[in-house]
Amino acid sequence: MENRSLQMPELKRDSPVSEPKLSIVRSASAIRPISDFRIRLADGSFHAAMLACGAAIIALLVLIVFELASSSRLSLHAFGWKFFTSQMWDPVNDQYGALPFIYGTVVSSVLALVIAVPLSVGSAVFITEMCPRSLRGIISFLVELLAAIPSVIYGLWAIFILVPILRLHVEPWLARYLGWTGLFEGQPFGIGMLAAGVVLAIMIIPIIASITREVMIAVPRQQREAVLALGATRWEMIRVGVLRNARAGILGGAILGLGRALGETMAVTMVIGNRPEIARSLFAPGYTMASVIANEFSEATGDLYLSSLVEIGLALFLVTIIVNALARLLVWSVTRGVPARAHAQ
Amino acid sequence: MPSNGAGAEERIPAVGVFRRFKDHLATFAAIAAVTLVLAPLIAIFVYLVYKGVGSLNWAFLTQTPKPVGEAGGGMANAIVGSMMILLIASAMGVPLGIGAGIYLAEYGQGAFGKIIRFTADVLNGVPSIVIGIVAYTIVVLRQKHFSALAGGVALAIMMVPTISRTTEEMLLLVPESVREAAYGLGIPRWRTTLSITLRTATSGVITGVMLAFARVAGETAPLLFTAFGNQFWNLNVNQPTAALPLQIFNYAISPFDEWHRQAWAGALILIILIVGSVAALRLVGRRGMMKGAS
Repeated sequence: MENRSLQMPELKRDSPVSEPKLSIVRSASAIRPISDFRIRLADGSFHAAMLACGAAIIALLVLIVFELASSSRLSLHAFGWKFFTSQMWDPVNDQYGALPFIYGTVVSSVLALVIAVPLSVGSAVFITEMCPRSLRGIISFLVELLAAIPSVIYGLWAIFILVPILRLHVEPWLARYLGWTGLFEGQPFGIGMLAAGVVLAIMIIPIIASITREVMIAVPRQQREAVLALGATRWEMIRVGVLRNARAGILGGAILGLGRALGETMAVTMVIGNRPEIARSLFAPGYTMASVIANEFSEATGDLYLSSLVEIGLALFLVTIIVNALARLLVWSVTRGVPARAHAQ
Repeated sequence: MPSNGAGAEERIPAVGVFRRFKDHLATFAAIAAVTLVLAPLIAIFVYLVYKGVGSLNWAFLTQTPKPVGEAGGGMANAIVGSMMILLIASAMGVPLGIGAGIYLAEYGQGAFGKIIRFTADVLNGVPSIVIGIVAYTIVVLRQKHFSALAGGVALAIMMVPTISRTTEEMLLLVPESVREAAYGLGIPRWRTTLSITLRTATSGVITGVMLAFARVAGETAPLLFTAFGNQFWNLNVNQPTAALPLQIFNYAISPFDEWHRQAWAGALILIILIVGSVAALRLVGRRGMMKGAS
């Protein structure tokens, strides 16, 4: 063994290593250039193909808008703006108004935000500012995992676990102590607006939490150190130094969560009760825009019925686009570092 | 806050009791928030395993659903149907998404690239049920019946924006010097992109594809009126086809205990597929050069 290891370097030194490499270089200079035209043709067609793929994304969006608009034309003509203010949803007499669904979508989403925002900001604060380094990765992975669970599994869990808990424990308690507000009246079924709000909250927490974390990390460290140097406690540092600088981004995250909550279908359909009524109490069953499409689309007989459902889809599409665009602008304004750095300097 | 030497304490006033109390309160509130956020996650997994494992057996994986009232039966047709729909979706969505990603990373520096990027973000936020409607009007209305193909089209539309944005991100991570080295050797641009840049970013691109795959694998809403569901075996792409999430939904809202049990078992299978792929790509992501794919 020792002998061999001694011999190896000697062998290497003796053999002329550089010889073959030199010959490659020499022959490379002798290669005639490939015809310019062929390269250009290949490059050009590759560019065109990739451009077509990119343009297909725009085409898809245009296609979505076109299909929704053309399929809802019948109902747009028949009802006009009254469609969005009428409470009548009567497939038997072909009268359609979307107000109960709009109400249900808005109320359940706002309820979800009210529950989700404090919890998301709290957990983001814990993960970025308080958590021991070893736990940080695990907790943020678990929160991300929450986003990977399909909607239908949330719904399944909500029907069999969450709804009984709400019916037996939470709703009687709410009715007793907060019943005077009028929001928690009537028979506690479990199934209803409150259940939908809670499930939606669980589903949008990962989005809001991860964006809040992102914008909090984007706040420069000097900001934190400066506040601490003034003698602030940790909480004062977080409040003044971090949260105040990140608030536009947190708002953006909340709106992004709202966008997801508005369009969420399966879990809500499974627990909201599916009754097109407007009730003040959160215990009462409701109906959302997404869930009426999910429930009635494949059974819709009659062109006007189908067209009305598509019009609800069109409205949902437009609202979520506006909400998402707004949210992205807000998040960009923070993670690009413009306001945070302006404060710091 | 930290107590320094005796000399420092004379000049810096101690943190008041109330402020210290507020600090502790905030810490407590943050811990409570994390606990409340993680509780449903743990509850969901515990119940999935607890309820799912009990009804999971060989028959569940190999048989089709039995009529109401008969015990037994399974979701084999739904598992196969799901795979078929996902295969159709991937065949359409993956090449398109990667192509668009290549365009954005290699050619899309101008205004048109910006428009595509924004459109992809918008498309990402479109509710899945709306995509279902569009797939219905495009495919089902033309074909005059529900089909696996329509479900595949709906899921493909959902995959494209995710894949294109992650592909772009991963390609941009490849250092410019690698491309320049290739150009310096006289390799044409298209060949550089395919054999050098894309090749270098392969693991990241695969991560993006799997992320999109995991996202659409559990989608139910766009399949409701495209693939529609089926109680029997079907391998024809032009016929209504069962899908695992659809079957879970139909069984969960049914009034039968036996079907509820099967819904839990189906959910367990679905979550194993999805979480398994997410966890696997997380491992790959940590080992490979590409981080921050999610």
